[in-house]
Amino acid sequence: MEESKLKFLWDAIWNSWYFQDVLVAALLIFLVWMGRRLSRQPYWRLAIREVRQRRIAVAAFYVLCVYGLIALMDSVGWHPALRGEDGEVLRDTKNRVLHDRGGITVLDALLTPLREAREKTYSAPLAKILFSTETAVLPDGAMAQIHPPLQYPRRHLMGTDKVGNDVFYQSLKAIRTGMILGIFTTALAIPFAIFFGVVAGYFGGWIDDLIQYIYTVLASIPDVLLIAAFMMIFGRGLPQLCIIMGITSWTGLCRVLRGETLKQREMEYVQSAEAMGAPALRILRRHIVPNVLHIVLITVVLGFSGRVLSEAALTYIGIGVGAETYSWGRMINQALRELARDPAIWWNLAAAFVFMLGLVLPANIFGDALRDALDPRLRTQ
Amino acid sequence: MLTYIIRRICYAAPILVGVNLVTFLLFFKVNTPDNMARTILGDKRVSREQIEIWKREHGYHLPPMFNMREKAFAKFTQTIFWQKNLPLFFFDFGKSDQDGTSISRKIRDRIGPSLFITLPMFAIGLVVDLFLAMIIAFYRGTYIDLYALIVCVLLMSISSLFYIVGGQFLLAKYLHLFPISGFDTGLAGTKFVVLPILIGFIAGLGGSIRYDRTIFLEEINKDYVRTARAKGLGEGTVLFKHALKNALIPILTSVVVTIPFLIMGNLLLEAFFGIPGLGGYLIEAIQKQDFAVVRAMVYLGSVLYIAGLILVDISYTLVDPRIRLG
Repeated sequence: MEESKLKFLWDAIWNSWYFQDVLVAALLIFLVWMGRRLSRQPYWRLAIREVRQRRIAVAAFYVLCVYGLIALMDSVGWHPALRGEDGEVLRDTKNRVLHDRGGITVLDALLTPLREAREKTYSAPLAKILFSTETAVLPDGAMAQIHPPLQYPRRHLMGTDKVGNDVFYQSLKAIRTGMILGIFTTALAIPFAIFFGVVAGYFGGWIDDLIQYIYTVLASIPDVLLIAAFMMIFGRGLPQLCIIMGITSWTGLCRVLRGETLKQREMEYVQSAEAMGAPALRILRRHIVPNVLHIVLITVVLGFSGRVLSEAALTYIGIGVGAETYSWGRMINQALRELARDPAIWWNLAAAFVFMLGLVLPANIFGDALRDALDPRLRTQ
Repeated sequence: MLTYIIRRICYAAPILVGVNLVTFLLFFKVNTPDNMARTILGDKRVSREQIEIWKREHGYHLPPMFNMREKAFAKFTQTIFWQKNLPLFFFDFGKSDQDGTSISRKIRDRIGPSLFITLPMFAIGLVVDLFLAMIIAFYRGTYIDLYALIVCVLLMSISSLFYIVGGQFLLAKYLHLFPISGFDTGLAGTKFVVLPILIGFIAGLGGSIRYDRTIFLEEINKDYVRTARAKGLGEGTVLFKHALKNALIPILTSVVVTIPFLIMGNLLLEAFFGIPGLGGYLIEAIQKQDFAVVRAMVYLGSVLYIAGLILVDISYTLVDPRIRLG
């Protein structure tokens, strides 16, 4: 009994937007703090300056910022009071105000004209009429098959889907899922990867053997299969996908960090710190971790696009996010069933692919620029 | 050489034990046989007896690791771990949870069609990627290089689903150049596999060309290349005779690791084109919630991955005389 109460409480907290708002705020504060700290160091300032010299990378960065802003607006939400048909606030038997349990986000509020503009079924981009025909009575009394006019003509920039929802709105909502998968999965993995990678590389011996063994075992299971097994067992959903993708990206990052630490350990600055009697943990924290941090950033940025792309493929296979999460994979999956129609319904598919390309292409361009700027081996050339 | 290979295989054994343990934990500890029965019987209100019957039928009624009711050695043998997980070591994958067919036989039947797609894709991809990357490296620093790189990044940024959907729609459905989907054995199957091979090849083009190009460029900056140029050799000779051979070492070894994996097939291509390979088998198993099949595939996948790593080590010693068997 106690356990189910706890679970109920947990669900209530987890599903509350206010809780997520606090998390988002904490994350933002952390990112700003980290950014300010790094931008004060000469190495990172040099890197930033180098990236800024490439105009295309700067442009890519701004596109990523727009995507990030939309995702951010979609991650901050609240639970508005429920209103009846006359607009009066609904109350329960104890006269408490009832709140919408699903909640709405800032993005939802901004896009209300799109969100609430529901048609009956498919309509082409910017169409005035419905895609399918209906039997109607003409003014002269004859019966005919016509395309009925839309309730909101010329409003759907990218058409509507099977149940009449705006495709543009769905594509915008899917940005949050893509960004979470792209960034959050590695963010989950980073602390573990840094800790285990650096510790394994620095201490060596049986610690190294053990950590190496663990990540080799995990890495030897191909990603798709590990994700398939995990998603079958824990069910489909965004949190599950984040965790398992975090595990798969953990192994690679951990191996790279271990190798880099092995190199750094032999450097003079570490030896001099050791000679001065600095404790091992302090050497790791103050000397080694800052010197492998650029690898972490490169891995995060370069892995980003791969994860966004794989979401769509995984959802198609049936091991991606569930049906209740907005995602480009879900849109593609639904649209594929309708492609066989004649004339084909292409706008769902096109919207999802265009939005995906709009995120992945800048991410690739920016990632390349960042790697060139941060990788000292390339810089010397 | 033989002792080296044997030693490498012995190194791989503990990792396989680890994989075996992971599959055991995932499929029998986290996801208990009761859960499995409930998922497969599909009914929320399925009775206790039905679950017991299903478990007994499929051999999941035994305790997971230790059977205290048995005597002596049977304490270990009469368990799920012994009966279900240990046989994976001997490639005995048991029976499917859904239809009771032998998984090992299914896998054997489906390797052929998978290889029919992946082998040509691999071979064509390797040769064409290398060739194009060489040409781009030859024109390094010019506009050809710049535009080629832009195209590569663009190709990399497009979802593989787009290539498949677009190719199938345009070339098969609209232009009727190929059958939309299907499969046949032998020569009759050729017409079915050309389109998937083509699409798979194009989908992988951008990434591999870019990778090969960076390796060529790294090679071009080395001292022996400068020496060759200083001798007065032409740029073509330097690139195609001297640099190519040395650049092949990292490229080949990066490619060798994927060779055993060709057996697993290509998930998306097989799903879209209705090819009865191993990739399609996995997707079917996921959709039918067939835990036994997914478990077998997880194990098989990691065996192939480890085999790939061993092949890499061997190929290193074969192509690079600086590396001795150690």
